[in-house]
Amino acid sequence: MEAQKSQTNISRRSFLKWGGGITFLVTSVGLPALVFKSKDKEETRQISAWVHLAKDGTVTIYNPAAEMGQGTMTALAAIFAEEMDADWSKVKIEDAPVQPEIYGIGWGGERGGSMLTVGSRSVSGHYQNLRQSGAQARYVLLESVAQKWKVDRSELSTESGFVYHKKSGKKIGYGEILAFVKVPDSVPEIPDNQLKNPRDFKLIGKDFQRYDVPFKVDGSAKYSCDIHVEGMVYAVISRSPVNGSKPSLKNEGAIRNVRGVLELVTLDYGVGVIADRMESALQAKALMEIDWIGEPKAKTHNSEAAYSEYEAMAESNTAGSIIAQSGNLNRELPVTDKRIRADYKNDYVYHAQMEPLNAIAFVQDGSAEVWVGTQAADGTRRDVAGHLGIDFNAVNLHTHYLGGGFGRRSMTDYVLEAVDLSKAVKKPVKLQWTREDDVQFGAFRPISLQRLDAGVNAEGKITAWKHLVIGTGGGLLGSGADIPFYDIPNKHIEVRNIDHGVRTKHWRAVGHGPNKFAIETFLDEIALDLNKDPYQIRRDLMKNHPRALKVLDKAAEMSNWSGPVPEGRARGIAFAERSGSLAAGVCEISVNRNTGKIKVHKIWGSLDGGVVVDPNNAKYQMEGALVMGLSSVLFESITFKEGRVEQNNFYDYPILRIEDAPDEIHLEIIPSNEKPSGIGEAGLPFMGAVVSNAFAALTGKRLRHMPFTPEKVKNLLNS
Amino acid sequence: MGFLNAFNLGCSSITIKQDVNMTISFTLNGKEVELSAEDDANLLWTLRERLNLTGTKYGCGVSLCGVCTVHLDGKPIKSCITPLAAVSGKKVTTIEGLSENRSHPVQVAWIEEQVPQCGYCQSGQIMQAAALLEENPSPSREEIIKHMNGVLCRCGTYLRILKAIEKTTQKA
Repeated sequence: MEAQKSQTNISRRSFLKWGGGITFLVTSVGLPALVFKSKDKEETRQISAWVHLAKDGTVTIYNPAAEMGQGTMTALAAIFAEEMDADWSKVKIEDAPVQPEIYGIGWGGERGGSMLTVGSRSVSGHYQNLRQSGAQARYVLLESVAQKWKVDRSELSTESGFVYHKKSGKKIGYGEILAFVKVPDSVPEIPDNQLKNPRDFKLIGKDFQRYDVPFKVDGSAKYSCDIHVEGMVYAVISRSPVNGSKPSLKNEGAIRNVRGVLELVTLDYGVGVIADRMESALQAKALMEIDWIGEPKAKTHNSEAAYSEYEAMAESNTAGSIIAQSGNLNRELPVTDKRIRADYKNDYVYHAQMEPLNAIAFVQDGSAEVWVGTQAADGTRRDVAGHLGIDFNAVNLHTHYLGGGFGRRSMTDYVLEAVDLSKAVKKPVKLQWTREDDVQFGAFRPISLQRLDAGVNAEGKITAWKHLVIGTGGGLLGSGADIPFYDIPNKHIEVRNIDHGVRTKHWRAVGHGPNKFAIETFLDEIALDLNKDPYQIRRDLMKNHPRALKVLDKAAEMSNWSGPVPEGRARGIAFAERSGSLAAGVCEISVNRNTGKIKVHKIWGSLDGGVVVDPNNAKYQMEGALVMGLSSVLFESITFKEGRVEQNNFYDYPILRIEDAPDEIHLEIIPSNEKPSGIGEAGLPFMGAVVSNAFAALTGKRLRHMPFTPEKVKNLLNS
Repeated sequence: MGFLNAFNLGCSSITIKQDVNMTISFTLNGKEVELSAEDDANLLWTLRERLNLTGTKYGCGVSLCGVCTVHLDGKPIKSCITPLAAVSGKKVTTIEGLSENRSHPVQVAWIEEQVPQCGYCQSGQIMQAAALLEENPSPSREEIIKHMNGVLCRCGTYLRILKAIEKTTQKA
């Protein structure tokens, strides 16, 4: 196997191609983003697809994934730097050119897939690829030094930006190698056994600072909305309030007369106004009177009433898509000793990333230049090219920091809008979505009804498990509906979809949020019914899954689960897996019975994410996911009336403020040598259940419909 | 873009004239600025789109999220709802003018505690926190929460924000 591997040399051309030499081959337009910014070519040189070396020893590593707050630009560079043995204090990080054949990964982590940053897959997907690529860059340096010093490469070693030859006592800094570095004709695949022994890791698994933090405390980090392009004009769009209706502008003359307005552009689902400054564009938008034409499907959608449609569908014989099936549920469920059933509901939720969508586009004949923060770098480049009917390489895409993504920025709708507007005025256009646009024309995590039905045998074991997920959003509904770590012999898990014609989309952890809420709350209800400890009932179910058990035990231990709880408070426990990571949590709450407000005082969480590259950041990602999850659980709800989103801005779509943050969050990562799994979402899915379970322990009443707003809580307490 | 360069090069004053109906003077990050603008010009968009001070962000446009927070005569205000005319003769400080080289104690604590995630709200958080410490160098946790409640963060950085501010107060 090893021998075979070392024969699969990549040719020099393809190595450079893999290494970013491609940047010089492909860009006929708008070079700046794609070409490494070097004032003096002799000062820096690209030594592989991934890295540039400078005379002063600076190592600039390409970041292949969107940086939207999850910190992967730092973690990915650290993986590469680890194997290259670069001096971390001399590492700089830049976004990779949008060349998926070089910088993309497939779902199995293979090179050359897409540059899509979703599903917490950046570190897990790139781990092997970047270790290999870092080791190959090191090989280039070693080979050059070996030739220069006329010694065998095997006699050389590296440490923190230096090459050493122990026999002669010579050493040389990476920067000095630049003077004679040769990018060889072929670079072998480095066999796994020649990669670093994890014991020798200096970065991976250690605490280090995030690269982007300094730029985010002095205002210099550039998001796409911060870019200024010479000759740029400003645009906003009035979009259809009901998905699918078409605009007919009634007061075009008046709008054109608004000071500063340059052009109006009618799109399929809206009217864009382009002005010489933002204030004018916003004023014109506010004054637009538009008739919305057509009877789109969404117009009949009322989200509150939809729950009764879902109930009817749950009763019906509709066949949906099977998520998981084992044993013989239909035979076993009716004959169990005890049946326990419950329905759970969750409203639509909105991404509410702090940076409203925006993009800058400059379309010229046969080419386009775009500045955007996107989770779908190559998808954006491809969509823009397809939209304009031009070549992929004729689109120059500048990627920027994302002021939050959470799935919303994996769509390209907002980019194509900017492209259309720029094409219409033949100028660079900065398109800004207002917060109201961002809410009203959102693409939401699906609404759903979850019907759970379990059978328990005479020994108190759950032997049958039926879970129907019914909602809108198709495949989005199914994620996290399976229970791979709970052994129940007969199970049937099914998604039934009703298309309401409204826009739905992935939202941090997608279906795991609602589905784990239902599953983990239901387990709590079963435990209470059977007079079992909610922690122990989970232990029993996952007894054949040692990793999962360890995670659950850790959370229980951290919270002193069986210990005393302060007066007026109670605790809930839950477990959830997401993107290959395992997580468990306990929270402690109190309730203000007058206002109906739930206060989460403490959260304890444990996580097994395999090898963790940046533990400090990994914990912080889990913390962020917990807090965002808590926000959605307590406050967030998008509702539709006759197809119109009823919310507009943070006054009617509140997200969690600092006053509602938990007093304390305690997190631990389970040490592991397993391959890395996704961490960015893993803290979110169990939040609904831990709060509902704690609430039940405190009040004896069960919250089954997210969000748990004060109004709902009061009604339940008074019922 | 000449004026932008002048600003970035640290000239002590800036003058921008356009054929519009208002001339306004104020102090911006310690420099005298004279600007001609339309009478409905807004502080946030003027900072971002005319003066190239893009550290101050747009988030909601209606004073609900606080990511546009700047100081007006030392007090935190929401620039998104502030007419440019309202800053005439006053001192405006943005994140870019808070310190040289991220040296303000709040910025130092923010780096030490590794507060930002996506970072988009952090200029607002930092400006809001800096104004608190100016007024009350040793606020209680309750006072910090009350003062910081108007600045939203979607990534969930609140506990590190608290920790960073408390760290600053301990040093003071």
